[in-house]
Amino acid sequence: MNALVVEDLTVSFRIPGATVRAVSGACFEVRPGRCLALVGESGCGKSVLAHALLGLLPGNATVSGKAWLEQGGERTELLGAPQAVLARRVRGRSVGLIPQSPATHLTPVRTARAQLQEALRELGTPAARAGERADALAERYGLRPADLDRYPHELSGGMAQRVANAMALAGDPWLLLADEPTSGLDRPLVDRAMASLRELCDEGRAVLLITHDLGAAEQVADDLAVMYAGRLVETGPAGRVLGHPRHPYTAGLLDARPDRAFVPVPGMPPELTRLPDGCAFAPRCPSASPACGTPPPTVDGVACHHPREDGRA
Amino acid sequence: MLEARDVTVRYGRRAVLDGVGFAVRPGRVTGLGGPSGCGKSTLARVLALMLRPASGTVTVDGRPVRGWRQRASRELRTSVALVYQQPRLAVDPRLTLAEIIAEPRAAVGRPAPERTGALAAEVGLTADLLTRRPHEVSDGQLQRACLARALSLEPRYLICDEMTTMLDASTQAHLVAVVTAYRDRTGAGVLAISHDDVLLNRWADSVTKFDQFSR
Repeated sequence: MNALVVEDLTVSFRIPGATVRAVSGACFEVRPGRCLALVGESGCGKSVLAHALLGLLPGNATVSGKAWLEQGGERTELLGAPQAVLARRVRGRSVGLIPQSPATHLTPVRTARAQLQEALRELGTPAARAGERADALAERYGLRPADLDRYPHELSGGMAQRVANAMALAGDPWLLLADEPTSGLDRPLVDRAMASLRELCDEGRAVLLITHDLGAAEQVADDLAVMYAGRLVETGPAGRVLGHPRHPYTAGLLDARPDRAFVPVPGMPPELTRLPDGCAFAPRCPSASPACGTPPPTVDGVACHHPREDGRA
Repeated sequence: MLEARDVTVRYGRRAVLDGVGFAVRPGRVTGLGGPSGCGKSTLARVLALMLRPASGTVTVDGRPVRGWRQRASRELRTSVALVYQQPRLAVDPRLTLAEIIAEPRAAVGRPAPERTGALAAEVGLTADLLTRRPHEVSDGQLQRACLARALSLEPRYLICDEMTTMLDASTQAHLVAVVTAYRDRTGAGVLAISHDDVLLNRWADSVTKFDQFSR
């Protein structure tokens, strides 16, 4: 079976006078038919992680650990893979990208159709069939063929998003990487975007959703990974993590929601240039103790010295 | 009271606001919801004296607004502040966060460097962040600076246009708490615009959905 496997992925950036530790030791797996949501606040490293998987990091980045795709019994390494391999075998073909801001993802000077058909041709659809395939993809997302003949500025936000979704599917990838697909959308559009991600899962694709929006993640995710200061602090089935959070940061994030206590986690996340030696959350944590001066091991998906009781216990 | 009466705004031939009336009362958080594209942000810009309507009137505490943008009198202009959805588009990328927060006071010729630190602390920014420029901080940190900037002249009315849409739950709860504390301290009126009904119901004293307007 296909899978994306990430093992001990670490990404750092060198900037003048400092090193930014953007991702530290991330481990997870995404398999067809499932959606993993990676949630965390802005600047916690989740987009860097996604960019590392697609080989889109800038030149001052240092990457270690492993990440690979298993497909058809073959293993394709993602980290350090030559751009030619990523371009010809990975991007668009194995992994489709659903972008953060569909309206700016599209080229303003060309119609939606021109861009979608170009993507189809580049990804292997014969030119003669690109037109009909484009119409079929558009229809799948509730767009009429005539809508494709419009320029991006003539599309509403929701339509632009559907065109971007159609482009992500142009190469029939089995894994979709959605990087903040809901930023700037209103609630009905968020709901529609999440429903369409769910459909992709249900037809046997794998989805890695990156978001700061817990409500959106809740709608679609089978599994949840909570990121704090570059580390995955809690990973597990979405229902369990949301219903019975075991890491204090997850619990704090849930309590901050307006339908719960609406109380912020005190303090601010640490600088990624100056991460403490021990647990990065300790300075904000209600249950911190001297033990938190050492890095917490990850046990059952929870990286904490004082995890809360499991709801199932 | 910050009030718009019978306001009409057109973009091209399309009327985005058509004879809309709306009021923000001092000391209260007025919520405004509705789908994207329904004219919420346009109304926010009219009320912030940033956009001149095709017709209709705006009054600030009973005083009619006769000029918009830089033509508004300084006193009226500084009595309403606006926090935008996307902090990155709302700041000059060449300035440090301290300069961004100090900008309004510098612009009206009342610089007060000691206020910058106090405002920064109020929104939860630490001193080491204040010397950085926008590209060196996260969206959440930049939005904190934008809120501090909006509060720097102690406006009578604060308009938060999707202020927390890009932010995580914890930062959202913090910024809303800062706004509420400012309201409690100064008696200012707050207009909270969001498409998130759960947030508005929790935050606002009353909520209007934009589709309830006569349009």
